[in-house]
Amino acid sequence: MPISRRLLLAGGAGIALTGCGSNTGRGGEGSGRPRLSHWYHQYGEAGTRQAVGRYAAAYDKAGVRVEWRPGNYDQQTAAALLTDSGPDVFEVNGPTLDQIRGGQVVDLTGLLEGVKGDFNRAVLAPKTWDGRVWGIPQAIDTQLLYYRRSLLEKAGVRPPRTLDELVDAAGRLTAGPVKGLFLGNDGGAGVLGGTPLYAAGLSLVTDDGKPGFDDPTAARTLGKLHRLYAGKSLLLGAPADWSDPAALIQGLTAMQWSGLWALPQVKKALGDDFGVLPFPSDGPAGKPAVPVGAYAAAVSARSGRREEAKAYVKWLWVERTDHQEDFALSYGFHIPARTSLAAKAAKLKEGAAAEIVGFTNDYGYAQPLLWTVAAQTAYQDALSRIIKEGADPEREVKAAVRRTAEELRRAGKKS
Amino acid sequence: MAAAYGAARRRRQALWFWVFTGPFVLGLALFTYVPLAWSVWLGFFDAHNTVSPTDFTGLDNYREVLGDPAFRSALGTFVLFTAFIVPATYVLSLGLALAVGRLRAAQAFFRSVFFLPTACSYVVAALVWKLSVFNGVRFGLANTVLGWFGAEPVAWLSATDPPWYWLVVVTVRLWLQAGFYMVLFLAGLQRIPPQLYEAAAVDGARPGWQTFRHITFPALRATSVAVVLLLVINAFQAFDEFYNLLSDARGYPPYARPPLVYLYYTALGQGQNLGLGSAGAVVLALVIAVVSVVQVRWFGLGRREA
Repeated sequence: MPISRRLLLAGGAGIALTGCGSNTGRGGEGSGRPRLSHWYHQYGEAGTRQAVGRYAAAYDKAGVRVEWRPGNYDQQTAAALLTDSGPDVFEVNGPTLDQIRGGQVVDLTGLLEGVKGDFNRAVLAPKTWDGRVWGIPQAIDTQLLYYRRSLLEKAGVRPPRTLDELVDAAGRLTAGPVKGLFLGNDGGAGVLGGTPLYAAGLSLVTDDGKPGFDDPTAARTLGKLHRLYAGKSLLLGAPADWSDPAALIQGLTAMQWSGLWALPQVKKALGDDFGVLPFPSDGPAGKPAVPVGAYAAAVSARSGRREEAKAYVKWLWVERTDHQEDFALSYGFHIPARTSLAAKAAKLKEGAAAEIVGFTNDYGYAQPLLWTVAAQTAYQDALSRIIKEGADPEREVKAAVRRTAEELRRAGKKS
Repeated sequence: MAAAYGAARRRRQALWFWVFTGPFVLGLALFTYVPLAWSVWLGFFDAHNTVSPTDFTGLDNYREVLGDPAFRSALGTFVLFTAFIVPATYVLSLGLALAVGRLRAAQAFFRSVFFLPTACSYVVAALVWKLSVFNGVRFGLANTVLGWFGAEPVAWLSATDPPWYWLVVVTVRLWLQAGFYMVLFLAGLQRIPPQLYEAAAVDGARPGWQTFRHITFPALRATSVAVVLLLVINAFQAFDEFYNLLSDARGYPPYARPPLVYLYYTALGQGQNLGLGSAGAVVLALVIAVVSVVQVRWFGLGRREA
């Protein structure tokens, strides 16, 4: 049979088509040690990526490939967990209740045998559901209020101890282009979250699984945040958002809510000209509050090597305390999740760092596991409308409570 | 003999038909129709964090999404955005086309200059708008200009009263797409026979508005219909600039949230409520279908000229 040009073309197309799809990126089955993939979100601090690569290379029972994933990490992992091509081990700002109940992550309770008591209770609690642990906390992060000492002295303002003092101070510190307070470009609804509620002695979800802010106090406290916005004492539209201390360092604001991770940068730029505070308390039942949370290491239920993955997680995040301390304190600035390590660390023993560790111990609250994304969205929308549009706090809080109660019912239904 | 030859030929033609269209039909089915059907199916289930749910809930997701004020306000946002962007782009690109079309010298240069932004990505443009042109501090470009006149800096994207964020959202898209539609209008203008203008001049039509109103504008009808249709469809797909201008690590503000952004946060974020998201997507698809049909009827697109 003579081969026509068209036949050749068709054949070529066929070969080209079958060529796709053979490489699934999961090769290396036959090379002895099992292969594991381990996902991290992109840390901003220089050196973290190299460090996690070093830890992975030091593990000898499996070949661990670290994947460093910039961009919307939560979305990426959520989508990857639905497929077989996701990670074996991944760090997660959770796992969320739906991830646990959907059977997407593996029970890791056994890994903590004998050392469970050494993990910070507040951050371990949201990783626990039905008495089982679903993620191993890696390092604790917290947020707090930074202020410029010199600017406060110049304006004759003392560091605010109550929410009313904070509102008042922000107003008096606002002078021309310098604003009093920076709570993020959205006016604070995103980053503050439940913090003002805890500062008023309330909570997001109570221990018995009810909305924790179904109380007139909530509307009163959140309503005060509108005064900050209406008084034009909030910095808005800064080039770098709240998580970056640039606004404080560049003198765009006198006080800024930011993370513990910003401490080294603030110290380097401002020397002694700064102080730290928790979110100030409000009302007679209130006490100061700082949010605490931890990224956790979790194992995907769709992994083909769950046992190997668990063994690796146990090795890295339970046994190798030297790696854990290096990870928490050598690059960025986090508090080790193991209380024994946090107590030992020299960097956390003096100055502002020691004060902040004190805040987390005395005033730290962690977002409850039952605080689902849908409830959070409803609450955040309400808070944004209260702050920026001056919406009636009582009505907004009531709507958020209703949505939260629905979500909690859904959560309770299937447990 | 002839009949056998004919049958073989038809078979061969059928074979080649499938060789050439097969891969595309397969791709279309695999990446468009299957997900579409799957999404409709998911809409009837409680599908949190799964694409193979078992908990059938009937119309609950539809009831919930239609009852959600956030979704209804997303539809409102979309209508408002369309009401801004469609006429604004139409007028601006037609104006540019008329101006550039009249140029005797350097026409190609100006055509390229105005067309160039089309080559820029929405994400990049949105970031430039957010971080340098319309940032809220005193050294942002817009605030620097305001500063010359002694005005206070405006927090463009954070201010809800007045809603300055609309200015940012609309101008970025206007800048990006006006040049493209200008080229469409230029092509339309060049197809208008010069004899029409000559005849109008002989009949005493004054150049300028009168000629435009009675000759140019009616002659551009086909182009105008295409431009408006494309603009509305593009407005439906609005996501990039909204998301990149207004979202942050903690979520998205409750205003200026078009339907695709709402669905993104419901179904694809940590929410992973794929059932509710699918129901919302189906509602949105129905809205788009109805609007498109009405538009096509209204403008008589595809109807044969009488």
